[in-house]
Amino acid sequence: MLTSPRVSPARRRGGWTEFQRRYAPYIFISPFFLLFLVFGLFPILFNAYLSFQAWQPGTGLGEMEFVGLRNYTDNLTDPTFWQSLKNTAVLALLSGLPQHLLAIPLAFAAAGVLRRMQHLVTAVYFLPYITSIVAISVIFFTLFSWQYGVINAALNALSGLPLIGGLFPAEKINWLGQKEYVQPAIALVVIWRYVGWNMLLYLSGIQSIPRELYEAASVDGATGWQQFRFITLPLLRPIMFVAVTLSLIGGLQLFEEPFILTNGTGGAGQAGLTTIMYMYRTYANYSDAGVAAAMSWLLFLVIGGLTLVNNRLFGRSGLAGRD
Amino acid sequence: MRPILALTLALSASTLGMAAAQGKTITVSAFPDLDSVIKAALPGFKKLYPNVTVRVNSLAYADHHTAMTTALSTGRGAGDVIAVDFGYIGRFAEGNGLVDLRAAPYNAGQYRSQFVAYTYPQATAPDGRMVAMPTDIGPGSMFYRSDMLSKAGVKPAELNRSWESYIAAGRKVVAANPGSFLIPDAGQAAQIILRTGLKSGEGLFFDKAGKVLVSPANPRFVRAFTIAKQIRDAGLDARAGGAFSPEWTTAFQKGNLATEFSGAWLVGHMQNWLAKDFSGKWGAQNLPGGTYASWGGSFYAIPQQSQNKAEAWALIQYLTTNRAQQVLAFKTTGAFPALKAASSDAVFTQGVPYLGGQKARVLWRDAAARIQPIDVNRLDPVAEQIVNDALNTVLDGSKDIRTALAEAQTLITRRAR
Repeated sequence: MLTSPRVSPARRRGGWTEFQRRYAPYIFISPFFLLFLVFGLFPILFNAYLSFQAWQPGTGLGEMEFVGLRNYTDNLTDPTFWQSLKNTAVLALLSGLPQHLLAIPLAFAAAGVLRRMQHLVTAVYFLPYITSIVAISVIFFTLFSWQYGVINAALNALSGLPLIGGLFPAEKINWLGQKEYVQPAIALVVIWRYVGWNMLLYLSGIQSIPRELYEAASVDGATGWQQFRFITLPLLRPIMFVAVTLSLIGGLQLFEEPFILTNGTGGAGQAGLTTIMYMYRTYANYSDAGVAAAMSWLLFLVIGGLTLVNNRLFGRSGLAGRD
Repeated sequence: MRPILALTLALSASTLGMAAAQGKTITVSAFPDLDSVIKAALPGFKKLYPNVTVRVNSLAYADHHTAMTTALSTGRGAGDVIAVDFGYIGRFAEGNGLVDLRAAPYNAGQYRSQFVAYTYPQATAPDGRMVAMPTDIGPGSMFYRSDMLSKAGVKPAELNRSWESYIAAGRKVVAANPGSFLIPDAGQAAQIILRTGLKSGEGLFFDKAGKVLVSPANPRFVRAFTIAKQIRDAGLDARAGGAFSPEWTTAFQKGNLATEFSGAWLVGHMQNWLAKDFSGKWGAQNLPGGTYASWGGSFYAIPQQSQNKAEAWALIQYLTTNRAQQVLAFKTTGAFPALKAASSDAVFTQGVPYLGGQKARVLWRDAAARIQPIDVNRLDPVAEQIVNDALNTVLDGSKDIRTALAEAQTLITRRAR
């Protein structure tokens, strides 16, 4: 091929074309790798290095001291770390499960009954996902307010109604100031925010299911519920696997909502203190960068382990079950 | 034409170069409202040092301190003078990022007697290095709604005689003003009690030797927790958590608070936005039980990485030790001067219009003179967090005081190895 007459003049003109052909693609693609090296790989490696050092940020890089595995053992013997892990798990479950239980029927409805308004419905449900988290949390903060919040005002008004009034509390509930209510309050905000995102995932999944299946089912006399139960749900499994995995990872990294709703304190009884929040606190308030770095790796192990379990339980049957 | 142009360019370049050699530009990193104090000081500083140009870089409070932490750890980007809030001074004193101002050529020790006594220890690291100069302070004060008090027939002196009388009189005030609260959060009382009556050599949570003081056997902690619990149980607090929380702000704006403990600087917030409609209805008194405490304060430091340390020190000296400048700073933002001489200015004996013409600044000046320095420990932020968590479990009734303090002691001791 190199001896072909069409190539040889180019070769004679020097290495320029050769250079273009061989190396230019690398130059064009290099911005990604440079950015990845600087903002992706380097922080990860630095964080790994840091997790074996004792270091107060602000003292200068020269002040690091190698401490072996001490940062890891410190975390593993820290009751607050375990409590934060437990909080994170509870919050991930409390906010993760309802997201999917709501999003699947919603997506099914949007694809079917609400077909003509599908875009509107999707847009409305997706809006919270793209709204600034700070704005969301500030608004919910006001809604949840113990003395002046709309939620308590509404509940109190409802409790004054005849017959059903007994179902609602007459006393104001200190949503963000009482241990029992902190986690449900945070979970509610998270659910509200991510239902639209999951709905969109499921909607695209539903739309990829061949229509003939539904037509055939209708001909056979299957009801709407039967179609949902025996066609939609089984064929949605691959998408469910993706959506659940994303929720799992996102839920275990929960930070903004609890941080802002509890003013960064973790709330009453520290019930809203997630592991990422505790990591941030260890770094920013306690100036203990090494312990915080080790904590991030421990959380990584937890997330990795749970994702693997999810993959084995759900992924295998979900992805392989298509045949 | 061409050579002439080139010649002119070369000439102007050389004059510019000479100007640069004569004059120096220094950078100050600060946060609001301290940046407006520095900007107000620049014309006066320029008269003394015409060759020094000052550039002020201002970031939001938290962003500024995060940026400075990064700059100090990496050794670049901090500027020549940095403003440091009280809450960060202990952390910034760690390591060798900041210049020791006690040493020559700064010799900051010579000014010590000119400043409010407790400020110098705040800026001094455990190893004796002094890392910053104090500029403003926040002497603690009890603000009260005079109209609510008179409705209940309670005199301000009854509120601040002791913590017990504060609670007793507070019950009457809340009873006479339905829907009101005595205090935003019961925990505030504990914070004040924890910070007063310390023995010499005792820090808040650790003694000089680094031993943990938090314990169910320490009367200071037991009393702080007990008083806070009494306030909560009597239903006197709005459970607003920390200052500037939405619950706190709303309570102020709706006029539902009868008292609040804070630094003297709170009046500025109250008259500008927090309680605009209640001008003339608030008054100031000392803290209950003859206690004196400080709420914050700001400092200026020189990073080791600065290339213009002499000019930076000149500016800091001007900002902190120049009486006229400290008075101007007080007039600019209302932050109380750390320089004692400044508080003898006539403006301090004038009435405060928002407080119904009360001469409250005299009160604060006296309070500032009585505040005791508190030794700081590297692990104070950790201990403070753990003690606050313990206090909250006591307040919400899930733990008794002894158990909560014993657990806090264990948790802090674990960290303080």
